[in-house]
Amino acid sequence: MPKDGGIGASSKRREDVRFLTGAGNYTDDINLRGQAYVYFLRSDVAHGTLNNVDTSAAEGMPGVLKVFTGADFAEVGGIPCGWQVTDRHGQPMQEPPHPVLAQGKVRHVGDPIAAVVAESREQARDAAEAIEVDISDLPAVMDMKEALKEGATKVHDDLTSNLCYDWGFVEENKGAVDEAIKNAAHVTTLELVNNRLVPNAMEPRVAVGDYSRATDDSTLYTTSQNPHVIRLLMGAFVLGIPEHKLRVVAPDVGGGFGSKIYHYAEEAFCTFAAKKLNRPVKWTCSRSEAFISDAHGRDHVTKIELALDADNNFTAVRTETYANMGAYLSTFAPSIPTWLHGTLMAGNYKTPNIYVNVKAVFTNTVPVDAYRGAGRPEATYQLERVIDKAARELGVDPIELRRQNFITEFPYATPVAVEYDTGDYNATMDKLLEIIDKDGFQKRLEESKAKGKLRGLGINCYIEACGIAPSNLVGQLGARAGLYESATVRVNATGGITVMTGSHSHGQGHETSFAQVVADMIGIDESMIEIEHGDTANTPMGMGTYGSRSIAVGGSAMVKATEKIIAKARKIAAHLMEASEADIELKDGQFTVAGTDKSVAWGDVTLAAYVPHNYPLEEIEPGLEETAFYDPANFTYPSGAYACEVEVDPETGKVTIERFAAADDFGNVINPMIVSGQVHGGLAQGIGQALLEQTSYDADGQLLSASYMDYAMPRADDVPFYNVDHSCQTPCTHNPLGVKGCGEAGAIGSPPSVVNAVVDALQRAGHDVTHIDMPLTPSRVWAAMQG
Amino acid sequence: MAQVKMTVNGKPASGEVEGRTLLVDFIRDTLGLTGTHVGCDTSQCGACVVHVDGKAVKACSMFAAEAEGTEVTTIEGMAAEDGTMTPVQQAFQEFHGLQCGFCTPGMVMSAEALLKDNPNPTEAEVREYLKGNICRCTGYHNIVKAILAASGQDVSKIAAE
Ligand code: FES
Ligand code: FES
Repeated sequence: MPKDGGIGASSKRREDVRFLTGAGNYTDDINLRGQAYVYFLRSDVAHGTLNNVDTSAAEGMPGVLKVFTGADFAEVGGIPCGWQVTDRHGQPMQEPPHPVLAQGKVRHVGDPIAAVVAESREQARDAAEAIEVDISDLPAVMDMKEALKEGATKVHDDLTSNLCYDWGFVEENKGAVDEAIKNAAHVTTLELVNNRLVPNAMEPRVAVGDYSRATDDSTLYTTSQNPHVIRLLMGAFVLGIPEHKLRVVAPDVGGGFGSKIYHYAEEAFCTFAAKKLNRPVKWTCSRSEAFISDAHGRDHVTKIELALDADNNFTAVRTETYANMGAYLSTFAPSIPTWLHGTLMAGNYKTPNIYVNVKAVFTNTVPVDAYRGAGRPEATYQLERVIDKAARELGVDPIELRRQNFITEFPYATPVAVEYDTGDYNATMDKLLEIIDKDGFQKRLEESKAKGKLRGLGINCYIEACGIAPSNLVGQLGARAGLYESATVRVNATGGITVMTGSHSHGQGHETSFAQVVADMIGIDESMIEIEHGDTANTPMGMGTYGSRSIAVGGSAMVKATEKIIAKARKIAAHLMEASEADIELKDGQFTVAGTDKSVAWGDVTLAAYVPHNYPLEEIEPGLEETAFYDPANFTYPSGAYACEVEVDPETGKVTIERFAAADDFGNVINPMIVSGQVHGGLAQGIGQALLEQTSYDADGQLLSASYMDYAMPRADDVPFYNVDHSCQTPCTHNPLGVKGCGEAGAIGSPPSVVNAVVDALQRAGHDVTHIDMPLTPSRVWAAMQG
Repeated sequence: MAQVKMTVNGKPASGEVEGRTLLVDFIRDTLGLTGTHVGCDTSQCGACVVHVDGKAVKACSMFAAEAEGTEVTTIEGMAAEDGTMTPVQQAFQEFHGLQCGFCTPGMVMSAEALLKDNPNPTEAEVREYLKGNICRCTGYHNIVKAILAASGQDVSKIAAE
């Protein structure tokens, strides 16, 4: 065991010192010699024909180097989509072009029309005001159901309609599901909205393009969760730059939550313009600009039906969802309402018949893609809300109704194409009831009443598919990429280790937790290990960080590479001690010969590898460096049970979160402190979705909630201390660490318990309220109480 | 363009600024002190908090020219010469009060100012004070805990890690 930690220790984060002292290196902190600045002129109308863009006045403004329009990008590719969904009838989805700068039409407020590059940021912005844009307004396509009607205005004139795809899953099960619903003893139906969210990582996006004429090399510094993916998408599909001439660096990144997965137009622009102008070109997004250019999340409208037999066993689930794609297909957008949503509709329950229908729709809004949880929060929300509603209709305890239908035997193949490897849903539920102190609820309810407040308790379960993902499976499902991960473990001559990972940390603490794993495997101190990530020039091709995949997939690659290192080191040790390799044992950084007192230290072996004077050169190469790629056999399936206790002010409808508890099963845990922190953050985002965050467009497609004045981010006084527990552990059976991933759970599991709690509070007070759509603002709750 | 002069982290600092140059841009671009961050353009996120004459100020809500003659402290000026972090900084590390680190400089500068005014705040007072600082990563749990701990209060009873 390493003296300073190892697997299971709450090691303090080594990255913290630089962040706490102002020494972080975020993309906006990078300034290259001679850099110019770009300002994007963006559409202020949601939909219109672009008749003319007159840049002549702007070209003559002080400091302007060049003004670019869509015409400058006629020769390069558009922004690609990384996932092709096949519809119910076997047809590929409709996939419209997505130019870097608008061509012919603008399709959402924020669509970039022109880009001014100038000597200073202010000059670029001033010049942009001098661009004359002539747009003929078209009706804005805003409502998804309206958008699908015959004769509706089309967002993309070349497509047959605004329907991206009409997906059925599993199509062959539809008949059986319809039949089961017809024959059910009881059917509970719920229509709900999963509200559109703006991810709002605190660091706005930044891109700095650089180019060397001497070598013809391009470099892009960017706020990305996956620099290799950006290099591939931008290099191969947009700009035609081969990987060996393109370096992408994502240094310290200030949060992502999905929004920094995608390849964005601004990245391609800065790389392109740097070469055209032979100058570094920098773009720093403002927050107002982020609201209209970062991909949004969620935005589903769903009808769900839950069928039960006379004994309250779930017999079928049928859903119909309208999923907003926005104006263009963002990198992974088509996969979110389908493969990351439909496959989770079994939840924690052994429902035998499930059918999911999803209609993905183009509208004149900002593109929608994955946001923390991505599809799985939408699945969890509808299922856990409808179960709660069913329990109330049937007059049974919502916890018991869940328990009765829990999957209890593993592995378990769901009717929606996935196989859960492990889980223990009763265990997390038991733990939850303990940590929320359910027995004390009645007393707290009385206390609230005495203050004139309503109180409610909401409970739900969740399951997620993480550790994304087996490449051959996602390939069949339409992914245009593999989803393995990589690591190179480079042991230095004096024993220190540098690990280059294809994962990327933007808050998750990889530099600490990844080092814990390697230290533990070898038995040396964590301080001897350094984790490098984020630069395509020194890391192996990796797919990056999202879908709670870093430790499950990236960590597994690192384990595989470290195993190779240990295997080779044992050979060297055997040679040094003139023993048989089979007798070599490694413990606490010492190699020993079993049954003898012979030993060599880790540092002796590593030195021998690089100074191979006494070394088995005929058998093995000098040096000690190994790379591994790991492609998981299955998703991982974290699960858990969450509880929320609210107080509602009957006068104003204001909801206060009084208590929140989360009992998660993440399998094995590397760093409990970091894992708790991940859950805390997810909970605040889920509570934000449930109570505060509303992305509002008006009928003309203007984004009304486009700043922190109008978009209610959760603040410190909106949330309580959370009670989180991850002591229930059923390790994943198919990755070497037995880990499941913890990054998204909080955001997936929390919205239904908040809404269940508010409905509970209102019903206890005698209000006949069965549902309120998120966010549960005071006005919505108050209106619901008025009937 | 006009010349401004101030003291930043104990050292004289000066530069040419436009009338519209914000203090935060002067700090980041002219002085190269990039620890102070910009997270919004409506003065609401708190990523840019610095101390001006000892008071916490959002550096995006003030022109550089207005800071003429003041004493400014940024996050880079908090730790001791030898790198020893302040009790607040140490508590943020100890209690995992940061994840991506982007809000962190502003959080630390606000927390330092809070504890100067109110050395023994309640949980509610900490949460109230932090209203002007948005963090998207931590859910605030460990930030509040770290600040209470930095004030010398026992936080061992606070739920979980
Ligand atoms: S940048 Fe100053 S408050 Fe947001
Ligand atoms: S730590 Fe990332 S925003 Fe606070």
